[in-house]
Amino acid sequence: MDKFLQLFVSGVALGGIYALIALGFVVIYKATGTFNFAQGGFVLLGTYLTYQLAVEWEVNFYLSTLIAVLAMAGVAMLIERTVLRRMMDQPAFTIILVTVGILLFLQQLVPIIWDEPGLRFANPWLGEVVDIGGVSISHANIWTVVYAGVVFGAFALFFKFTRTGIGMQAAALDQEAAAAQGISVARSFQVSWAIAGAVGVLAGVMLTARGGDALTPAIGFVALRALPAMILGGLDSPGGAVVGGVIIGVAEVLTAGYLEYEWLGANFSSVVPYLVLIFVLLFRPSGLFGTKEVERV
Amino acid sequence: MTDDLRLLRSAGARIGAALAVAAVVVTPLLISSDFWMSVFIAAGVFALGGLGLNLLTGYTGQASLGQAAFVLIGAYTAAWFGADKGWPMLLWMAAAMLAAGLVGAAIGPFALRFKGNYLVVVSIALVFVTVHVLQNWDSFSGGFNGKSVGGISLSFLVDFGDLSIFGKQFTPEQGLFYLTWIVVGLATLAVANIIRTRPGRALQAIRDRDVAAEVIGIRVARNKVIVFALSGAMAGLAGGLDAARVGFLTPGVAESQLLLSIRYVAVIVVGGVGTVVGAIVGALFLGPLPELVEEFSDKINFTVPLVDQPLLKDSATSEGIMSNAVFSEILFSILLVVFLMFQPRGLVGLWHRMVASLKRRGTPTDDAGPDIEPVATPH
Repeated sequence: MDKFLQLFVSGVALGGIYALIALGFVVIYKATGTFNFAQGGFVLLGTYLTYQLAVEWEVNFYLSTLIAVLAMAGVAMLIERTVLRRMMDQPAFTIILVTVGILLFLQQLVPIIWDEPGLRFANPWLGEVVDIGGVSISHANIWTVVYAGVVFGAFALFFKFTRTGIGMQAAALDQEAAAAQGISVARSFQVSWAIAGAVGVLAGVMLTARGGDALTPAIGFVALRALPAMILGGLDSPGGAVVGGVIIGVAEVLTAGYLEYEWLGANFSSVVPYLVLIFVLLFRPSGLFGTKEVERV
Repeated sequence: MTDDLRLLRSAGARIGAALAVAAVVVTPLLISSDFWMSVFIAAGVFALGGLGLNLLTGYTGQASLGQAAFVLIGAYTAAWFGADKGWPMLLWMAAAMLAAGLVGAAIGPFALRFKGNYLVVVSIALVFVTVHVLQNWDSFSGGFNGKSVGGISLSFLVDFGDLSIFGKQFTPEQGLFYLTWIVVGLATLAVANIIRTRPGRALQAIRDRDVAAEVIGIRVARNKVIVFALSGAMAGLAGGLDAARVGFLTPGVAESQLLLSIRYVAVIVVGGVGTVVGAIVGALFLGPLPELVEEFSDKINFTVPLVDQPLLKDSATSEGIMSNAVFSEILFSILLVVFLMFQPRGLVGLWHRMVASLKRRGTPTDDAGPDIEPVATPH
């Protein structure tokens, strides 16, 4: 039972990370109606940026994360402004392929700037464990859940109570009608990209802290596992991203902890998110909380 | 027969086709280097897989990052039947196409449940699952250690592995070159025929307005599943030929296979999405790029000013800004983004535009316009 609880908490924490990344996918999907594969690149570049500040330049860890969050929000907005804005009238697959191109670019940029196969990125929670009723939980996991909770709470408030947030919801619902009401659709696109860049950094830093202190460019691809979380929760539902993220995270950690069938192969847990995805799609194509698609001719 | 339905619409197209055939016949007669033959075979493999992807993305409007999975499935199926079981060439080719085609058909229904482009996520899932299975299914794939494709049969009517025509003996690479490009030629013909006739029109209608397509009596579901199967089968055959080229298969890691999928996307985008010859043009320009960068790294290399370091490094530890592999991936990513932004119809579109503007200059009264189909309309 202790082992189960331990794994469960760890899975929830991983789920929180996936949920953060999925939130980045969801806000852009809601605003623009397409996937943004560059999200994995935001996670990757943002984490390395934080590393550069915190380790190489010895800035305080939390301050480094904050600076990197702001910087990546800026980078994401810049990409939106220079590349995606010009392509608004292109078919969906063209826009998706452009974001794939940006992902590939960022993925290769990192090993050029940080020319080491693996780096050490220590964090304040390294090795710290708290014992709750016989279940030992790492500080990193606890803080991951807290941060994810705070971020999602903040976004819920933002979308409900601020002018920009409400405007973004309107623009997501109907761009033309929103524009007619004086809401800037372009601004809503820009803010959604900034959010995606910002949450990507946080997710990447927590993802690194989770595994100890090793940092490799592979975390850009780990971020892709948040895609199943996004689809599972429903493409356009930030709340669904949380549930989807937690389900995927727990499923992945539990299989890693319990499943020991040799024929399933080593690292089976890393494909579990995708198998869950395929399974769910068979039965609930619009995810758990997504809007059912209604088509009017 | 209307002009639109002809296989080769203009004198230019007929001349182009004749030149392409001539180029395939002549190239091995002029070039004997194994390296260059291997480069052109690789380009042919990319052309074949790209033709399939173009059918899916360019003509049906479905983005996919799964092409590497179909290539892998085809390669291992070919190795299993062709090398291990010693099946004749046509049979292992059919098996590779069938295996990849069936997986494609199985993926198709996911695209039906969703509108838009969710399929792209399912296709990523397919790459991860395929690589995982190949890494672990030792008895079939050899697992992480890989699998030899030695002794695979390349003969049908003539033996392409030991080709000899009119007393001229060809190297195995030259033989495989002919085989690959004959297959590419047949596949091009097949795709061109699909596109210019009823099924092709149906696919393009689905791409542009799927509800309207359904209303005028096109079976959207059936057509989509068929195109997935076809696209998978062509990639599977490409995988089989590539297995024969490299001689040894390893599953690699899912991340690198995903990069291969992106490379296929770059090939059709740079060549021309939604044009028949686009995949071939793109494959010739981009397909063997990593091999070329590797071979000519010392010629490409230069000292970058400001940082005062060489651009490419010889080995992982030596001085330099980036490795050869990173350099070619960066090129792919930049080309992909730049072409999608500024030349979404690719090199083929660029060519058509140049020809059209030359024509206009020649005969100002004749305003027939470029002989190309309209680009996909935004949704």
